[in-house]
Amino acid sequence: MEFLLYIRVIRIFVKFVFNVLENMETNRRQFLKIFGISTLSGLGSIPAIWAFTQHSALSTQHFGKRWAMVVDIKKFKTEDDYKKCIDACHSVHNVPDFGNPKDEVKWIWKMPYKNTFPEQEDDYISGEMKNMPFTVLCNHCKNPPCVRVCPTKATFKRADGIVAMDYHRCIGCRFCMAACPYGSRSFNFRDPRPFIKEKNSEYPTRAKGVVEKCNFCEERLSKGLQPACVEACKDNKALIFGDLNDPDSEVRKVLETNYTIRRKPELGTQPGVYYIVGAKEDV
Amino acid sequence: MYNGSKIIAGLIIFVALATFPFLYNIGKVNAKPELKIDTPVIEQLKEKECVESEEFMKAKHMQLLNRWRDMAVRDGERVYVNSKGEKYEISLQNTCLKCHSNKKEFCDKCHNYMSVKTHCWDCHLTSEEKQKT
Ligand code: SF4
Ligand code: SF4
Repeated sequence: MEFLLYIRVIRIFVKFVFNVLENMETNRRQFLKIFGISTLSGLGSIPAIWAFTQHSALSTQHFGKRWAMVVDIKKFKTEDDYKKCIDACHSVHNVPDFGNPKDEVKWIWKMPYKNTFPEQEDDYISGEMKNMPFTVLCNHCKNPPCVRVCPTKATFKRADGIVAMDYHRCIGCRFCMAACPYGSRSFNFRDPRPFIKEKNSEYPTRAKGVVEKCNFCEERLSKGLQPACVEACKDNKALIFGDLNDPDSEVRKVLETNYTIRRKPELGTQPGVYYIVGAKEDV
Repeated sequence: MYNGSKIIAGLIIFVALATFPFLYNIGKVNAKPELKIDTPVIEQLKEKECVESEEFMKAKHMQLLNRWRDMAVRDGERVYVNSKGEKYEISLQNTCLKCHSNKKEFCDKCHNYMSVKTHCWDCHLTSEEKQKT
């Protein structure tokens, strides 16, 4: 075994030197080629810029969509209405339950009105609202502060508006947790594996030392399914999900016919989760 | 020569240290790892071929996996079209491991032999982990 290690170290070093030399060579050649052709064709450096930017985010298939969710909070009547949404999400995504609030990891959860909308400090509001727990999750902000602070681009915004996480890249610095004004992010202080009751074998877990949060069920959307929480409460349509850029989508219709509010709009994050609070009971 | 004996002694010690790993392993057998591809799913396949040819997978599976990771996670692109034009779902856990359900007899064999440590299984569930649920 020592012998092998020894050989490996030498091999890695030699490979490294070769790689550096090789890359220097090909990059230089490619650059000269593209630069030369562009200059010759009289178009200056424009084609060269094109050639170097062909992998931009705009070429992804999701361009043109903007996923969003509407929470019709009055439809959450019993404890069970909340629980089934939360459980559906947490079980498909292998979210651990550490059993103590200090280590808690959550993607979608219940929060009292006063914490959900802390800027609405009115002395007199409907008692019903005041005591109502709200269903909250990552807002997939249009202008996400978490993305701006992430030093590794582990948190990034996709062209369809989903604020996604690349757990491969997360270094656990938790800047994003400090930046998110909604507390949507949780850190894995411990190895989450032993705390996942029943694992969904089709979805990965996370490792110790990474931050995690709701992904708007991006893996289900890619298969044409609705998010797990939305599906779990589809009987009473307490959660409505869809594409804001499609004028015929259900979310757009619901937003047009109901008065909705978003969390902390004064921060300019432009959340993608809307709340219907005032609807008259029609059921 | 000044300090000749010290220099020579130093040289001998250096040569001994530098060649120690080679000398130490002389005569020890270093059996090549034997990979098993006899999982139930592979046995069922008519044509026993991975998403790309065997030579390609042997040499380049790490690059392919990195590309798959970036395509799925960063671009939301979940379909891989191989060199023959066949389509596969991009997923380590659901595509690769569906056939290679024997990580211990397959991935681990070479990786241990070459002392390559991967972080894949910190998050992605292996078949053994899946059964533990
Ligand atoms: S709610 Fe928080 S985590 Fe989600 S996109 Fe907005 S700032 Fe980022
Ligand atoms: S904890 Fe991870 S995702 Fe958050 S800012 Fe740091 S690297 Fe980015």
